[in-house]
Amino acid sequence: MSLAHEAPLSGWAEPFPGANYLRQTLAVAESDIRKLIHDPVELFTRMVQPVLWLLIFGQVFNRARAIPTGGISYLDFIAPGILAQSVLFGAIFYGISLIWERDLGIVQKFLVSPAPRSTLVLGRAISSTARSLCQMVFVYLVALLLHVQLRFGILQLAGVVAAVMLGSAIFSTFSLIVACLVKSRERFMGIGQVLTMPLFFASNAIYPLSLMPGWLRAISQVNPLSYQVDALRTLMIVGGSSAFGIGKDFLMLLAAFAVVMAVATKLYPSIVT
Amino acid sequence: MENAPDSGSNAIEVLSLTRRFGTLVAVDHLNFSCASGATFGLLGPNGAGKSTLIKMLTTLLPPSEGTAKIAGFDLVQHPEAVRRKIGYVSQMLSADGDLTGYENLLISAKLYGIPRAERARRIAQAFEFMDLAHVSGKRVRQYSGGMIRRLEIAQSMLHRPSVLFMDEPSVGLDPSAKRSVWERIRELRREFGTTILMTTHDMEEADHLCDRVAVMHNGVLAAMDTPAGLKAQVGAEATLDDVFIHFTGATISEGGDLRDVARTRSTTQRLG
Ligand SMILES: Nc1ncnc2c1ncn2[C@@H]1O[C@H](COP(=O)(O)OP(=O)(O)OP(=O)(O)O)[C@@H](O)[C@H]1O
Ligand SMILES: [Mg+2]
Repeated sequence: MSLAHEAPLSGWAEPFPGANYLRQTLAVAESDIRKLIHDPVELFTRMVQPVLWLLIFGQVFNRARAIPTGGISYLDFIAPGILAQSVLFGAIFYGISLIWERDLGIVQKFLVSPAPRSTLVLGRAISSTARSLCQMVFVYLVALLLHVQLRFGILQLAGVVAAVMLGSAIFSTFSLIVACLVKSRERFMGIGQVLTMPLFFASNAIYPLSLMPGWLRAISQVNPLSYQVDALRTLMIVGGSSAFGIGKDFLMLLAAFAVVMAVATKLYPSIVT
Repeated sequence: MENAPDSGSNAIEVLSLTRRFGTLVAVDHLNFSCASGATFGLLGPNGAGKSTLIKMLTTLLPPSEGTAKIAGFDLVQHPEAVRRKIGYVSQMLSADGDLTGYENLLISAKLYGIPRAERARRIAQAFEFMDLAHVSGKRVRQYSGGMIRRLEIAQSMLHRPSVLFMDEPSVGLDPSAKRSVWERIRELRREFGTTILMTTHDMEEADHLCDRVAVMHNGVLAAMDTPAGLKAQVGAEATLDDVFIHFTGATISEGGDLRDVARTRSTTQRLG
């Protein structure tokens, strides 16, 4: 059979500027999402932790009324924090797949393609956000069952989706950076364990900033998780209020994403050397 | 073809290319060139620097010194332009086992910016050509080693590269799978005039496929000629095995550190 004598491709020309960039970015995301569809077990295992936190921690402290939550119940107060936590825990180990795929030679295949390095990073961030949206749906279901006072306005929901996606993109890309720096699975798991809890506790996820000692509050205020939680608390819960202002929340999240994107794009090719 | 340069009689020109790892010089001021359309074979014992050379030529690994021109583009100055011109089949079996064969090719085609209509045509053709159409919807982890290799070669050719790099394309394959891979490689050459640079430990493979062969040892080229020319240099009745031993002082099965053993094992595992 004959393969040759193809007409040259007039079609490398883009239908609109950036079309190719978009296509490449989405191809990277698609690769990962297709794997998730083939084997969605991971999505289900991720659902256990938020249930435990809401059901046990949330319920118990709800009765204790030990934490000042500004007029809403403690369960309502931590529901956004637990959503953020579930997104964080899902995203923070995402980088290990990069190390895994490097060992299999898959990352090398992406890197020899002409796709700009930033599409390789952005595509992975997008696939991580797809996972986070599944977690969001699940946390909403559990919260409903526990009678958390959720808001369902279109704008509020859109805002929650945006905050969830941004948080997931930030922490999964941060995780890629860690993977590029440590390069081995063992070291990555070690560092991942060490990072997760401090990120979580040095935030306003389960107690307000006002309760924190000064040093912890200072750390919390540079932790993107705090801004994600603040935005979620404002948008998700009836009577929820913002400590930073919703505009500042999203600005800080966008800034954090820009920083991790830039660093990860720079480091990404070094994963194979 | 796509995005200019090429032309010129050499598809690959390696200019004083060097790579160090700490104090180890894995590739040591190499200079050589490959004529357009030719198949160039690199022989050498484990650790000779073959994979390191290929990783530099495919832009995966930055050189410590020197550069190379691939299809008319400078590797160091215009890596993106080089990437548009090359295909790469790595030493590992690296098709994504968690995706189907079709999905593997689809993602590649999108990464290379091949427009939708053309994409479908080329993918269908690739499966046909590689005799994999019946398994295109199966996940690659169910493929045999020979099928994975054929899929990877198809994948690396979707965008019709001018230069194809293959690192030990038939390692770990049984004799008939190997033959079938060789056949496809020759066919591709005939159809597209692709320049091929491949590494191998397999003398029969080198004899079969390569127009020119270089023997690499400790990061430098110990000899370079046509297979027949190399044999003539060593002696009247010489085989490529004799050539290899003559220039490297090693037998082919000799050498190989822990890393090589581990890698061979993991390749074997993936072959299932
Ligand atoms: N990332 C690395 N860090 C340190 N040393 C390396 C690295 N990659 C390769 N080397 C060393 O460089 C030398 C050349 O390795 P290379 O993989 O290029 O050999 P090769 O000719 O491909 O061998 P094989 O036939 O086993 O595939 C070896 O001594 C190897 O240990
Ligand atoms: Mg090698």
